[in-house]
This record gives sequence, C-alpha cells and structure tokens, in this order.
Amino acid sequence: MGDTDNDLRRTPLYDLHVARGARMVPFAGWEMPVQYEGVMAEHNATRDGAGLFEVSHMGQVILRGEGVAEAFEALVPQDIVGLAEGRQRYAFFTNDAGGIEDDLMVANRGDHLYVVVNAACVEADVARMRAALEPKGIHVKHVTTRALIALQGPGAEAVLADLNEDVAAMRFLDVGTHALAGAECWVSRSGYTGEDGYEISVPEAAAELLVTTLLGKPGVSLVGLGARDSLRLEAGLCLYGQDIDSTTSPVEAGLSWAIQKARRTGGAREGGFPGADRILTELDKGASRHRVGLMPEGRAPMRTGVALFDAETGGAQVGEVTSGSFGPTVGGPVAMGYVTDAAARKGTRLWGEVRGKRMAVTVSDLPFVPAGFKR
Amino acid sequence: MKFTEEHEWLREEDGVIVVGITEHASEQLGDIVFVELPEEGTEVSKDDEVVVIESVKAASDILAPIDGEIVEVNEALVDEPGKVNDDPMGDAWFFKMKPADPSQMDDMMDEAAYKKFIG
Repeated sequence: MGDTDNDLRRTPLYDLHVARGARMVPFAGWEMPVQYEGVMAEHNATRDGAGLFEVSHMGQVILRGEGVAEAFEALVPQDIVGLAEGRQRYAFFTNDAGGIEDDLMVANRGDHLYVVVNAACVEADVARMRAALEPKGIHVKHVTTRALIALQGPGAEAVLADLNEDVAAMRFLDVGTHALAGAECWVSRSGYTGEDGYEISVPEAAAELLVTTLLGKPGVSLVGLGARDSLRLEAGLCLYGQDIDSTTSPVEAGLSWAIQKARRTGGAREGGFPGADRILTELDKGASRHRVGLMPEGRAPMRTGVALFDAETGGAQVGEVTSGSFGPTVGGPVAMGYVTDAAARKGTRLWGEVRGKRMAVTVSDLPFVPAGFKR
Repeated sequence: MKFTEEHEWLREEDGVIVVGITEHASEQLGDIVFVELPEEGTEVSKDDEVVVIESVKAASDILAPIDGEIVEVNEALVDEPGKVNDDPMGDAWFFKMKPADPSQMDDMMDEAAYKKFIG
C-alpha cells in the first residue's frame, strides 16, 4: 500500500464514512468502507431492515443517439431493443472468445440508455463503448458528478417511500426519476443483495443530505463492502473478476437466463454480439463446466481457489471454488465455484482441499437465501 | 500476563500457560466464524501454526508462542466461535501449554509494552 494510497480516489461520501466509524480499504482504485460495526451485524441489518451502501465507485454511463438500443446490442447478448422504457435489465459485455468482459445493469430511460458497470472495469468499458458506438453516432457520456447509493432490505420500500411515496409503486427492475430529499434522483428498484431495494443515482452535492436523511429513519444501517460480499454470495450473485471473467462464458456461469430469446438461435436478432458462436452453441448443446452452489458439510469456510475433488482420497480434480465464506443468514459456510458437467448435479458430494485436508461439500442450488424481490 | 507481537496473550495458571488472542486482535479480525484447535497432547515448537481461526472475510493462524505440549484445548470455541469476539481475554482462551522452557516468556511484552506496541 503506502505509495499507492496517494492515488486512491475518494467518493462524495468519504467523510461521512470516516465520521461514522468505517474501516476504509483500497478497492478497485477507490478508498471504500469495508465495514462499520461489523460484517455480521451489517449483513443481518440488511436482511432484517434496510442496509445503506455507497457504490459511487461503480461507473455510470449515459448512451444517447438514434438507434442506441440496436447499437448496444452489438456489445451484449441481451435484448435491448425490446427493453421497455422505464425498465432495467442485467447484461454483460462479451468478448470474441465468448468470455465475459464485465457484467452491468442497463436501463431504458426514454431518450437514452443508462448503464452501470463495475468499478474495476470502468475505463475498459467506456473505451469499448466509445469505440463501438461513437462511429454509429451514439454519444457516450461517463457520468462523474453523481453519487450512487443502494438501499437494500425488506424495510427499504417503507423508508424510501417516506421521502417520496411514488417509489412504492415501482416493481423489481423499474427505473424512474424521483425527487428525494430535494434532489433529482435516478431510482431503480434493484440491487445486488438478493433483497428488495433500490439503487439511487444522486447529484454529488446532494448525496450527503440524502444519506443522512435515510440514516435518520428507523431500521436503516450503513453497510460496507464486507457485508455486500456475503449478501451477494448468499444470493448466488457473481462477483466480476472472481466468479466470472474474460474466460468464463455466460452459459458456464449459469447466466443463460439473462440471454433473451431474441438474441438466441432462431430469435429475431440472433447472434450479432462478440463470442456469439461459442455462446449460442453452448446454449444449444450445453457447456463442459458449470457454476454451482457449494455447501461445505463442516463449519470451515471454503474460500476462493480451493480445489474440488471427486473423492476423499485420490480421485481427480473436478473444479474449483471461486467465492466462499461464512453465510450469516445461512448460519454456516457457503461457496460457489465451477465443476465439470459430470459433477454438477445437485446433491453430488465433492471434497474441497482446505489446508491440505479434504473436506466434504455438497453441490446445491443457488441462491442459498431466497430472493425478496418485489416483482 | 505476557503478550506477543502476534497479538497473543499468555497467562500462567497452576504451572500451565493459558493462551488466547488480544481484544485488539479480535477487533481487527472481525466476526469469528470458525475455530480449529490442535489435539491435546501435541508437542509443538514456537511459531508452529496450531490454531486456525476464520472470520467472515479471511483465515488466520495462531502460532505456538513457546515450545511445549498442548495439554488442554477450549472445545467450547468450536461450537461457539463468536465467543472469541465476545470475551477474547477471558472465556475464549484457545489452549493451555506445558512449557518446555519457561524462560522463553522472559522477553515477551507486559501489558504496558503491548499497549504501546499496538499504538
């Protein structure tokens, strides 16, 4: 660290995090709060009430111009043309080898598309979009003057509706512009915790007032990146760079559900995205490995990189853990990882090698905790 | 009570040494969710990895602070790892050792020196 700390960027809410006791850590070039009170307490506060996260390190991008939806479809295997105004969808940039370059959320906000990408990939993503879209007359604007916060949990609706009752009528993946604490906010009913909730893009200058207003409501707690990780893991959601990367295909990653019919074999706009050959073939014929849920039988967490074998002694390596930790809501260790086709069936017993010892783990469904989305 | 730079405390009790981790260490580690203890009767050397503890975020080792024999382990921590956060200096001791050479503790920090060490 040391020297590189000087290069870390600070979000609009940096001072608020420090004042509220956050432990700040470097994350994707930013100084971010990893925890305040403690990961377990913050995790539970989100599942039971409403967790408030700052995610301003993520990239917000506006794409504007005639034919923007058609143009964007050249970068992703999703149906963007068919995405209705006021709706949002999970998507990913793919590469020519059929791997995933980043995962993202894309919203149709009427006269433009609004895209949110991962912090670590912002520069590459913006460059990718400029290179592909500007020649087609699409204006690509990286928005750097707005903070992004997430309010997540069963209590989120009541809390946010207290500021503007209109948000209560939003369904899962609806987007809209709503005034909150006097600021014009771009609100979506979404998140990355498996809970109902909202993500809110707010002008930088208005962010602190909005956050302190929300924190003044009962049941709202600040939550750091530590609990964000355990929440998304229990929800079976991928962390880019860990569970999915430029070598994993969407089909292997269990993300086929996010590729709509219009872009598949026989669809209205079949293919036409990077890596379509591999991805469409895998959609039709299956992949040779699969991302699966993994439930260790003991109490020891199985973390990223743990090798998975098909026998307690000897045997062959059939996979590897990509994310693993203790799941506070599950009350035990949970993990996900990739295993061969033969080892991917639910209930298959495998062994993960932890500190030289093989420990039993069962292939299980994802998510570990049922989603609380308001559909 | 003596302290190590690895944030362990050692307390002599009826000729054996009780070993645990400090309040400071437990705060830094965060919520402890898993504890793996050594077998009673194991002979260990100073700096051997004898205990594994895992927090929500990461795994850490506890090293043997001195040479000797592990004579008792705190099995209660296996079922309730969270005790390490609740009472690290008391109930949540990890193991007791019969020291091979008690003079190995002579150079360890006392409480005042440890407080200075963690700043």
